[in-house]
Amino acid sequence: MAAVQWHSRVRNYEAELQGCRLESVPVEFGDYHPLKPITVTESKSRRGGRKGSTSSSSSSSSSAAPDPLSSMLDGTDPLSMFAAASVGEAPAAPHGAGSGEAGRKRKEKEEEAGVGLDFEPWSAKRGEILARFTTTEKLSINLFMGSDKGKAPSPGSAVSEKVRTRLEELDDLEEGSQREMLNLSQQDYVNRIEELNQSLKEAWASDQKVKALKIVIQCSKLLSDTAVIQFYPSKFVLITDILDTFGRLVYDRIWSMCSDSRLLPDSFSADDVNDTAKETCLNWFFKIASIRELIPRLYVEAAILKCNRFLSKTGIQETLPRLTAMIRGIGDPLVAVYARAYLCRVGMEVAPHLKDSLNKNFFDLLGSFRQIHGDSVQNQLVLQRVEIPVYLTLYSPAIHWILQCVSYKAPEALLTEMMERCKQIGNNALLLNSVMWAFRAEFVAARATDFIGMIKDCDEAGFPKSGLCRPPESERLSILNEAWKVITKVRSPQDYINCAEIWVEFTCRHFTKREVNTVLSDIIKHMTPDRAFEEAYPQLQSVIRKVLTYFHDFSVLFSMERFLPFLDMFQKDSVRVEVCRSIMEVFIKYQQEPTRDPVILNALLHVCKTMHDSVNALTLDDEKRSLALLINGFIRMVSFGRDFEQQLSFCVEARATFCNLEPVMVQLIHTVNQLAMETRRVMRGSHSRKTAAFVRACAAYSFITIPSLTSIFSRLNLYLLSGQVALANQCLSQADAFLKAAVSVLPEVPRSISVEGKLRSSEGFLLDFINNFLSTLLVVPDHPEQGVLYLVRGLLNMVQDYTWEENSDAKVRVYISALPILAAMSQESYLYCIPKVDSNETLYGGDPKFVAEINKLCETLIGQVLDHLKTLGRDEGVRRQGSLAFSLFGCLLAHGDLRNNKLNQLAVNLWNLSHKHGYCDTRTSVRTLEYIKHQGLQPNMSHISEMAQRLSLQSRA
Amino acid sequence: MSASLDIRLKRANKVYHEGEVLAGVVVIISKEAVQHQGISLTMEGIVNLQLSSKSVGVFEAFYNSVKPIQLITSNIEVVKPGKVPGGKTEIPFEFPLNVKGNKVLYETYHGVFVNIQYTLRCDMKRSLLAKDLSKTCEFMVHCQPQKGKLLPSPVDFTITPETMQNVKERGSLPKFMIRGRLNATNCVITQPLTGELVVESSEVPIKSIELQLVRVETCGCAEGYARDATEIQNIQIAEGDICHGLPIPIYMVFPRLFTCPTLETTNFKVEFEVNVVMVLHDDHLITENFPLKLCRV
Repeated sequence: MAAVQWHSRVRNYEAELQGCRLESVPVEFGDYHPLKPITVTESKSRRGGRKGSTSSSSSSSSSAAPDPLSSMLDGTDPLSMFAAASVGEAPAAPHGAGSGEAGRKRKEKEEEAGVGLDFEPWSAKRGEILARFTTTEKLSINLFMGSDKGKAPSPGSAVSEKVRTRLEELDDLEEGSQREMLNLSQQDYVNRIEELNQSLKEAWASDQKVKALKIVIQCSKLLSDTAVIQFYPSKFVLITDILDTFGRLVYDRIWSMCSDSRLLPDSFSADDVNDTAKETCLNWFFKIASIRELIPRLYVEAAILKCNRFLSKTGIQETLPRLTAMIRGIGDPLVAVYARAYLCRVGMEVAPHLKDSLNKNFFDLLGSFRQIHGDSVQNQLVLQRVEIPVYLTLYSPAIHWILQCVSYKAPEALLTEMMERCKQIGNNALLLNSVMWAFRAEFVAARATDFIGMIKDCDEAGFPKSGLCRPPESERLSILNEAWKVITKVRSPQDYINCAEIWVEFTCRHFTKREVNTVLSDIIKHMTPDRAFEEAYPQLQSVIRKVLTYFHDFSVLFSMERFLPFLDMFQKDSVRVEVCRSIMEVFIKYQQEPTRDPVILNALLHVCKTMHDSVNALTLDDEKRSLALLINGFIRMVSFGRDFEQQLSFCVEARATFCNLEPVMVQLIHTVNQLAMETRRVMRGSHSRKTAAFVRACAAYSFITIPSLTSIFSRLNLYLLSGQVALANQCLSQADAFLKAAVSVLPEVPRSISVEGKLRSSEGFLLDFINNFLSTLLVVPDHPEQGVLYLVRGLLNMVQDYTWEENSDAKVRVYISALPILAAMSQESYLYCIPKVDSNETLYGGDPKFVAEINKLCETLIGQVLDHLKTLGRDEGVRRQGSLAFSLFGCLLAHGDLRNNKLNQLAVNLWNLSHKHGYCDTRTSVRTLEYIKHQGLQPNMSHISEMAQRLSLQSRA
Repeated sequence: MSASLDIRLKRANKVYHEGEVLAGVVVIISKEAVQHQGISLTMEGIVNLQLSSKSVGVFEAFYNSVKPIQLITSNIEVVKPGKVPGGKTEIPFEFPLNVKGNKVLYETYHGVFVNIQYTLRCDMKRSLLAKDLSKTCEFMVHCQPQKGKLLPSPVDFTITPETMQNVKERGSLPKFMIRGRLNATNCVITQPLTGELVVESSEVPIKSIELQLVRVETCGCAEGYARDATEIQNIQIAEGDICHGLPIPIYMVFPRLFTCPTLETTNFKVEFEVNVVMVLHDDHLITENFPLKLCRV
């Protein structure tokens, strides 16, 4: 095809804008319009308290328009309502049993009304215990299935007692039912127990009630075994789960027996229960009463305690004290205390009003407390190589639980009595700890001084948790002094920091920075000798966290003299970074106003530098990202107000400090660009000599910072952005330099880049960037010493030389998209311009030579496109050919002067080419054709309508 | 041809007293109508005695078992010969539990050498071609409450090495001191055996404390009589080295069927005892025996 001659269409942007604008119709008051502020003429009373959504009929202009979405909702939004509901449901159905059943159980629980929401449920403890008491030692399970020693001997056998038992044992072995599993890891053990739980359910479901009972008995027998004692609490949790399952199964079974004719009300009495159900229930109790061993008998009976309701009104009331007394028969104090905990748990669940047996449990516990230090326990500990402090911690979950049950809604007098009795029992730290933990905060608070006295007397260092409570105002200081006197005397750094950690919170909450400072300095004093802090990082971290929770004002925080020295104690890198991170998180969360306080800036710069310096080659990307995010948050919060120069020098300093984190660099460049634009705003667009120098300095900052980035696209985009900023600030040569740099970087763009870890072709990004770049070029004036359209040519040359992907039309697409910009450049007045910057329109003033230059460029481009189209004529290329031809057609239609015959002919040819192979989207074609016809109706557009007649649609062709 | 026969007593626990009426239904389930020669119910109460091989020779024990004692036997016809329609048929019946003459209905008891058992059997006679159908079900008899007020008979006991009998070497025994109390040895069979026990001191740690319930059965016959004690159940009340000085409860439920009110007849006797058994860590076994008298009120 012969060279085409290009003539840009002359545009009148103003008129076109007018022509395209929709007719504006004023909205009458009362007419419906979706974006109109919602006005409610009748004020309805709204339920719930979403303040933003209430709207009044007097729409004052200052108030923000109400959000139409929020007005749809009244009260809490549905998501949080679901969340709230599921939270309430979770503890009621810990085993994922049938939901109906769970629901019923919950209802029952509520009806019994003894236990409120303020009672921490067992399910909450469960996980905690399992996580805390673990072991690496080997465990064993020993199950004797099939031998039921409690069973009466079969009548008729007249052999002597000894022979009979031996025979029984033989039988068991033959059945293979004695299973001893040795060398189980903890996980194996948990799995085995879960299997037992499953087989219990299966046995029950297949109506093998006796087998189910046997499983339960064998399981509870495991609780009398204290081998691998560290694991005992967890074992207790696992096995009581099975017992709970069993108890529920039995209860539900009997319940269903009563309710075959009519449903039993939840508050049924024994009189409502029919004889069959009663008989079945009685059978269970008789069977359990004949279990030989004490511990299984106790646990299994406790598990089905609730079933007493079927038999008599007073059953539970009579059974609980009996079971409580029965526990006295357990020699091992640990086994006994957990049995008590289980009984208390069942008791609280079934009959929370029966406080007496709970109390009795506790007093019995005190009564047998000396067992803990008895010989058999000591021997056992020696054998298992467990130390006393470790052993004592095994008690704490059980004692905590018992005390929690006992003290729940307990009268003051009872608590006092308990305290007295605890005191008599050798004032043991273990007990004291649990007492303080479980009793009501007010109760403990009122006696804070007493407690501290007791702690003082206590030989083993406890965990004074009374920091969690609120003593009366007047006593606070004296309490703190008293307590600190005790704490400061604790010699072992580990114990010291455990106590101090708790008291820091108390101090932070109620006192000012002076006291906190003192406390911190005391901690430093204690922890520095022998580098004791190395062992106590978790506690020290928690100290920092607590301080941060209560001190959000960073100027106060950093004015504490000992705060930074305190930070210096974190000498292990990972911990230090962790601490810095938490400081920054709090800063970002609570700092509302930008700051210029030198104390804060210095300190935080130090903190951020610590975080930054932790980055090395091995740091994970995520880690880097989150660190950079925190530092960025800090940088954003720094503002020196009108003192722009200081802000710039801060950025310079920050660049030097954070050179390893790319996102921070990017942020800094943005900050500086923003600074330049801010300056422009302040000067209302016309710079003085001084500000002009300043914005040039900003540009220089960006210009030397950008090359240090590795990501090619952030470099490109920042060059462009900074170029735009420079242009806006009338720094022409700087803008030129930025844009030139961008063009020169282009060839380095790799063909594929990694996006979120996946390799993707960079083509799309590159096209986007080039289009964006081109549109900026409209306003960039030509350099006086370079040729016409120096930058456009440069860009196109780069595009020409760039190694595009094979079989890609990207290059041609760039050419096609360059046409509109060239057309725009040849207009007499440009679509947009920058105030105080003369674009080419004024420089050249529509000089015909300039226009001719543009036209020549266009012709070359079109020639290139057409050449490319030709190569696509074969095989698979036709689809791409059609689409390219169509876009060139569109371009010609919009920007070319179609009065020119050749151009007109070219357009028609392109239309036909795009429809030749039938790959054209008919709807687009139809729409385009309609548009052309519509255009043709306008004055001076007759050539268009003529052309329209020559265009044919595919279907008609 | 499948027809099934079943007896269902009205009382869920199947416990009856003398003079009462056993009420219930005979249930016949079959697909088709069943032709029969009459359905009858037979009530039977029997005491089975067996001699232990310890007391008499093995052969005698096997062959020469004492003749069972019949306590009650009676028969009624429920349905005259005819046809029972297909499906489920329930035929209600009432059968008085009355003894003839001066015989007494002993309480149901399942022991080793003495068994007292009551059964109700339903028979459906049929023509030559079809097999007779039969179904037996056991029911419990509780004897009439004993008259007269039961006196509580608490027993206090102390066990030390000195109180022990049957000790070969008294010197080798470790020192211990156990005090306790049974609230009653005249026990009501429906009430548990209760009491408490305190380990005051023990040189050797305690391994276990158990309550052993023992039946003592005596069978009299021509050759003399045999008396045998066997264990019914063993209930552990303490495990491990329990806290000294703290009373632990003694509590045992008397198992149903395997216990009955203490019984003394001309031909046989059933008595009960409880042993408090202590096992020390060096495997010393210390037993204290208490005869019990069970009754029903």
